[in-house]
Amino acid sequence: MDFGFSEEQEMLRATARKFLENECASAFVRARMEEPAGTTDDFWAKLAEQGWLGLVYPEEFGGSGLGFVDLTVLMEEMGRAVMPGPFFSTVLLGGLTLLEAGSAAQKKEWLPKIASGAAKATLAWTEPNARWDAAGVTTTAREDKGGFVLSGTKLFVPDAHLADALVVVARTAETKTPEQGVSLFLVPKGARGLDVKLLPTMDQTRKLCEVGLKDVAVPAAALVGAKGGAWPALARVVERATVALCGEMCGGAQKVLEMTTEYAKIRVAFGKPIGTYQGVKHKAADMLVDVENAKSLTYYAAWAMDENAPEAPLAASMAKAYASDAYRKLAGTGIQLHGGIGFTWEHDLHLYFKRAKSSEFTFGDATYHRERVAQLINL
Amino acid sequence: MDFSLTPEQDAFRQTVRAWLKANLPREWKDLGRSDIPRIETYEILKQWQRKLYDAGFIGLTWPKEYGGRGLTFMEELILQEEIALAKAPPILNVLGVGMAGPTIFAYGTEAQKKRYPPKILSCEEIWCQGYSEPNAGSDLASLQTRAVKDGEYWIINGQKVWTSFAQIADWMMLLARTDPNLPRHKGITYFLLDMKLPGITVKPLRHMTGDADFNEVFFDNVRVHASQVLGGVNQGWQVGITTLMYERLTLGFGLHMRLRIALDSLLELARRMEKSGRVLTHDPLVRQKLAQSWIDTECLRLTGARGITRLLRGEMPGPEASAGKMVWVETHQKLQELAMELEGPYAQLAKGSDWAVDGGAWQHAFLRSRANSIEGGTTEIQKNIIAERVLGLPKD
Repeated sequence: MDFGFSEEQEMLRATARKFLENECASAFVRARMEEPAGTTDDFWAKLAEQGWLGLVYPEEFGGSGLGFVDLTVLMEEMGRAVMPGPFFSTVLLGGLTLLEAGSAAQKKEWLPKIASGAAKATLAWTEPNARWDAAGVTTTAREDKGGFVLSGTKLFVPDAHLADALVVVARTAETKTPEQGVSLFLVPKGARGLDVKLLPTMDQTRKLCEVGLKDVAVPAAALVGAKGGAWPALARVVERATVALCGEMCGGAQKVLEMTTEYAKIRVAFGKPIGTYQGVKHKAADMLVDVENAKSLTYYAAWAMDENAPEAPLAASMAKAYASDAYRKLAGTGIQLHGGIGFTWEHDLHLYFKRAKSSEFTFGDATYHRERVAQLINL
Repeated sequence: MDFSLTPEQDAFRQTVRAWLKANLPREWKDLGRSDIPRIETYEILKQWQRKLYDAGFIGLTWPKEYGGRGLTFMEELILQEEIALAKAPPILNVLGVGMAGPTIFAYGTEAQKKRYPPKILSCEEIWCQGYSEPNAGSDLASLQTRAVKDGEYWIINGQKVWTSFAQIADWMMLLARTDPNLPRHKGITYFLLDMKLPGITVKPLRHMTGDADFNEVFFDNVRVHASQVLGGVNQGWQVGITTLMYERLTLGFGLHMRLRIALDSLLELARRMEKSGRVLTHDPLVRQKLAQSWIDTECLRLTGARGITRLLRGEMPGPEASAGKMVWVETHQKLQELAMELEGPYAQLAKGSDWAVDGGAWQHAFLRSRANSIEGGTTEIQKNIIAERVLGLPKD
């Protein structure tokens, strides 16, 4: 047994940290969050150059062929930097879905483009009903003239306004079990009837869209995976993306802990650094416990994904349940221990606080995942 | 990252599993609490530990020449996992195995290392820990039990308190002040104290469960030979701290596994108890709480695995390890509270009532769990340690 990172993984961490400290400092994050693009062409090209846009894709598709444990390291560093932009949506939602469910031709067409930075993608899955289960998929795909016609509204779709390709989750059949009849379709940017609206978000580093599909016609070749049988692949993609998100949350939480302890060492009140007081010390210790626990569960889930371990779905839900609570609590405590300065726009803490909140509700919150854990342990 | 076992480790697991299946004491009716040994079970537990020892399933990581097996923490982990799966009894000489032995290896003379560890493992000699005093608990360095040199001997006077197992112990890990003129951390010495020496009085203290398994220990001119010093005169603070470090590390394994046993029993309880006419596992709030308990328990296992990995790699334990005891306590106390919640009004009934759930075992475990956040370093002290040593916050 070896439950730790390898030397190569530690090197990746060091490289990513240095890169992001230089290229994705607070000023960059703040500038990007004010703009719809969320990133710059230059920054995106550099991510591609580092090999990170294709980190988990096979080499035959222009990727590096690394696993989710490697990815976790990178995600932690991205979370630490509250990195804005369509990395997650492109690499871990749109791209990963194509990798998981796409035909050879679809993979060959899109994955190298994603890995090289030439294309962006996303997954249009959730709807106004805000459900994470198969029953939440009500957008319809009707067969017509050898192709399909998609109709419905997608909500909370990350970076749809930037995506060259949207993988749309739609229902091709009404069946007794909602998992059956779910299909995936590749819809290119600018398709007729496709209406993408960028929504104002509390976490401005994450861009979310409403995606209207008004009789969007696509050819049969746009089908990703088997007709009506896409749910298992989609579930796998979402589980993996969930674990990657947990990695990002751990990185953000770790950074909040560091910012807070550093501040507690220098901020003087009543003649002493506030970190001298137990009221501060004990909260800081709780923060450390929360972040370390979240890491343990996340690393395990990443390993389980790489190994296709039978407990992988359970591991992913345990990690997300824990990380959702932990990051939220940590970010809140971080602000509290900073006092007034922590509540200002100028200080970076609110970026983490807001990211914690948006992450909490992405792919299901702690309550959702605890119920999933209950089911998976046969309660 | 790799959670797989080598073929040798896997074979070891099979051997342990088969042995446990064949050798579990029949009289041990485990109802699945994370049990700390109770007085009425001492005799069974003593025989059980002896059996484990004869089979070579205790002291796995201890050096061979001192009665151990010279194996790695990995085998220890496998053993503990199997013990949990089999719901086997805990070991009686837990302080000897978890604390005294490792500390003697770290600081003992060759003679001490030969003399004590094997009998710790075989349970021929039971150990207790003489640290806390009426006026020195969390602030351990203020301890006042005195040791005054008299020729080849030290004369001990003073009092210890909350001393578990003192009533059956053969030996005590004793911290006493040997030089009151030195700064308080520096004038302390660690003694290996024979509990049969004249002048030692053990008075059982009854605690809130009604059991009397911890004690007051009084020293009245107890003469201890100088050869019983461990780690040098006035070096006791360092030695004592090492003991606590081992306590947190090695007891941690076992404690987690007992938590696992308790959790399994808790899920079992939820499946058969009803509330407002429906089985508890159908209650969404109960499901949330049980799932959280599961997650927290798994989390302890995994955080432990990260710590073990560091040890196996020859590194120092990282920040994740320092919180182990405190997190275990929190998880365990929450679990016991949840057990009471699941029982509902039945939570009021204790051992002796035919109506008591599982013979009242949960009630005892629930009450006993209150001590967890006090014994072995209070949660508040643990948090200070984490804040100061791991996060580098300033000392007061």
